[in-house]
Amino acid sequence: MSLIIKDLHASIGERQILKGLNFEMKPGKVQAIMGPNGSGKSTLSKVIAGHPDYTVTAGEILLNGENILEMEPDVRARAGIFMAFQYPSEIPGVTIANFLRAAVQARLPEGELIDAVEFYETLYAKMDMLEMKREFTTRFVNEGFSGGEKKRNEILQMAMLEPKYAILDETDSGLDIDALRIVSHGVNKLKGPHMGVLVITHYQRLLNYIVPDEVHVLMNGRIVQSGGKELALELEEKGYDWIKEDSLVAA
Amino acid sequence: MSQTATPDINIDRSVGDFHYDTSYEFDAGVGLSSKTVDYICDVKGDPQWIRDFRQKALKIFESKPMPTHWATEDLENIVFENIRYYLSKGQVPKRTWEEVPEDVKRTFERLGIPEAERKFLSGVEAQFDSEAAYSNIKAVVAEQGVIFVGSTEGLQKHPEIFKKWFGKVIPTTDNKFSALNSAVFSGGSFIYIPPGVKVKHPLQAYFRINAQNFGQFERTLIIADEGAEVTYMEGCTAPKFETATLHSAVVELVALKGAKIQYITVQNWSSNVFNLVTKRGLAMEEAEIKWIDCNIGSRLTMKYPGVILKGRKARGEVISIAMANSGQHQDTGAKMYHLADDTTSNIVAKSIGIGSGRSTYRGMVHIPKHLKGCKNNTECDALLINTNSRTDTYPAIQVRGNKNSVQHEASVSKVSAEQIFYMQQRGMTEAQAMSLSVNGFVNDLVRQFPLEYSVELKRLIDMEMEGSVG
Repeated sequence: MSLIIKDLHASIGERQILKGLNFEMKPGKVQAIMGPNGSGKSTLSKVIAGHPDYTVTAGEILLNGENILEMEPDVRARAGIFMAFQYPSEIPGVTIANFLRAAVQARLPEGELIDAVEFYETLYAKMDMLEMKREFTTRFVNEGFSGGEKKRNEILQMAMLEPKYAILDETDSGLDIDALRIVSHGVNKLKGPHMGVLVITHYQRLLNYIVPDEVHVLMNGRIVQSGGKELALELEEKGYDWIKEDSLVAA
Repeated sequence: MSQTATPDINIDRSVGDFHYDTSYEFDAGVGLSSKTVDYICDVKGDPQWIRDFRQKALKIFESKPMPTHWATEDLENIVFENIRYYLSKGQVPKRTWEEVPEDVKRTFERLGIPEAERKFLSGVEAQFDSEAAYSNIKAVVAEQGVIFVGSTEGLQKHPEIFKKWFGKVIPTTDNKFSALNSAVFSGGSFIYIPPGVKVKHPLQAYFRINAQNFGQFERTLIIADEGAEVTYMEGCTAPKFETATLHSAVVELVALKGAKIQYITVQNWSSNVFNLVTKRGLAMEEAEIKWIDCNIGSRLTMKYPGVILKGRKARGEVISIAMANSGQHQDTGAKMYHLADDTTSNIVAKSIGIGSGRSTYRGMVHIPKHLKGCKNNTECDALLINTNSRTDTYPAIQVRGNKNSVQHEASVSKVSAEQIFYMQQRGMTEAQAMSLSVNGFVNDLVRQFPLEYSVELKRLIDMEMEGSVG
């Protein structure tokens, strides 16, 4: 099981954002990618997920040796790639239960119908684990949700869909400390040997709650530095400028 | 990964798109003249007053221009002289499925009608081209005095009730197509519910067009006597032919004092059908008429179910869902005529435009000056699935005086690329994602449907979306 990104170049419109990015997501590990605004963090997660606005101009993303760049976003999702959105869309009139049901149904072989009883048992068990109230399932997806509720909904989906690779795209943005704690608690419960977690963030504070095994720094479309969790603390203290100078020296 | 354009589609209407070759004993031939009308009268054994009614209607039809001054010019593409106006095997509707001719029975079995009848219906009428092949109600319902027969049997066996209301809610002169229907009508249901009888399970009619270049002109008349209640449901399909097919029905409802009629339509016409239907109900004191109208498929649908609120405290409601895919135009809406104090009406219309599909809402709410305590609520929402779709709203609300209240809301929303991407990221295909969005959009209306029909509607939406992804 592997997800390897090789020499990835990607652009949106005329603007080149990723400029030769190399990275490997590791099963069972929590990895963090940190970087300042405009460094390409969100682009990376969207390119992995297959967002239609981005064009990959060079490089490849290999999932178990197979290049996924030609695959539709839903094919990638069913192959085990999950992205928790920074700004999840509202789906008016569709309840969380029906939304999840459709997502689970989409993973079944054609002609096979979801077992509703089993589905709800699993859903309620996951919600208990994430300490979520049952009433939550009857609300329309993200409609009128607070920032914290949106992110918890993303984590619930992750729990239900059991991805092999989960990417949390700036999950901490717009969250107060309490919400941050709850969401992190959920991720910590879900992480395990069969799932690789990639936390993409600007700030170090999320990493106090979801402790990474590795920290990587993304700047100007490339990974410029890698280290252990202490690298995040160092960045917090010294700011990204320190790396900038450092990487300039290295270059 | 560019956005895939929605091409012109040929939807796989796998459920309705089939036909078995059938031989017809009676065929009025191609084209329309007073001879055609006489032929139909002769085959059906119509009484003289119906023959006169039909011949007069034909003249009105011929004298009325196509309503292209306000409606679409596509109407000009109907070639009346190429259409066959009456086709039947000459059978009297059978009371058991065993007696129904094999090819016709196979058709309805494939559409799931006998099964639905066993499961949840009080009675079924199944029309094949011009005539009903099967018509039956459950004994317990018949014992209550409920009449559920075809229009021919209704006018022949129950003339005293039939004649009193036939053509009274929708006069022949109402529009060109109500005149056409009046001239050549055949099939449809005649229903009478005696005072105080509440029919527990729905009565259902199923209209099936099987022949090419054919016009189906069923005529339905439902009378709920004082305090009676009934739910009637109709389904429609046709196979897809190369040439245009015409469906032009007239449906009249009469709800006497305190009666309730609910009329549900889930149509799934193939994309060669011109569907031009006039539907109107008359609600007396404290009576209630509710139209639930789901228009899927067809080349052009023009349909504006209405309620004449004639008695004090009468209530009228139209719940409408229209889905226009590429090559289709759904021109639908509602009409509410308030003619008494304290009458209320509610219109909720939702349209979905996909690809180059076009949807139009036309509403008419009329509250004259001398009335008081009348209320109307109109809500029309449109959902667009890509930028080529077109949606228009023409609400005509004529409210005079200041003792009445009217509320009107309209909205247009789009399924954004972001929403589709979000759902695809959860593993749904593009078609499944669009289907889920559409189901969410109509969700609050579908909840009002009987379960079997909401399941059917969801299935039709799924099929429509499957076909619209390139």
